[in-house]
Amino acid sequence: MIKDFFLRGLGAGAVAGLLAGLFGFLVGEPYIDQAIAIEEAAAGAGHSHADELVSRGGQAFGLFLATTLYGLVIGGQFALVYAFVRGRFGPANEQTLAVTLAAGGFLAVVLVPFLKYPGNPPAVGDPDTIGQRTVLYLVMLAIGLLALGAGAVIHRRFGWVAAVPAFLVIVGVAYAVLPGVQEVPAGFPAVLLWNFRVSSLGLQAVLWGVLGSVFALLSARQRVRV
Amino acid sequence: MSQMSSSPVIPVRTLLPWSAAVPVLLIVAYLVTMDSAGLLAQTGDFLHELMHDGRHLLGVPCH
Repeated sequence: MIKDFFLRGLGAGAVAGLLAGLFGFLVGEPYIDQAIAIEEAAAGAGHSHADELVSRGGQAFGLFLATTLYGLVIGGQFALVYAFVRGRFGPANEQTLAVTLAAGGFLAVVLVPFLKYPGNPPAVGDPDTIGQRTVLYLVMLAIGLLALGAGAVIHRRFGWVAAVPAFLVIVGVAYAVLPGVQEVPAGFPAVLLWNFRVSSLGLQAVLWGVLGSVFALLSARQRVRV
Repeated sequence: MSQMSSSPVIPVRTLLPWSAAVPVLLIVAYLVTMDSAGLLAQTGDFLHELMHDGRHLLGVPCH
């Protein structure tokens, strides 16, 4: 039975990843191209895309590869969490649970880290701090999951009125305590940065939205027996 | 909530063997999202560059 969930998660994740890749290709790629143009205009500064190991066309294909693999990973994990929370937490209806869990996942895994450490286009970010930034990002992601888990436990016992503040307090304290990262170079276009970040958030919204919806649809088609 | 649920709970000991899938999935996630040069030297650079745009748009730190 868990195998059914797992395969369902991988299937939904692959579809979600492909569509997220398509969204990224159509919406996000132009901003990456613009940012790379700025990066190369500021010649010699750090990471160069000129001595290419992979062409820009290859990287566009790589976008689909990356989002699809990412979708498979998220889908697999999603299925296992789903198998655990089913009947324990959240809505009783399987399809409502799938969509609710996807919304929770987007909140904890994407939105919570994003609001503190948003993604950056090429030309933004100091290569010397990549290790530190990666750790901070992962810590924020872990805190998002912790806050979601705590929220689910508190919700079961005390309802939304306690769960929502608990979630917000955990995330808010982390936001206040963890150091900020401000590495946008002077003169980098604010509009481009904003558009890139919205498209990055949009890609993740497509991924989690499609994952939850397809998983729910497959749940409706295939009644899993116990 | 659990008492009104129509879905029976899956016991943790049934779930536990499936947690073996988690490290496998996380390794794939690492290859996609992290600076993989450390793990795979040569191929790491290639994978890093190939999935460059995806990493930026997925919102993970890139460089």
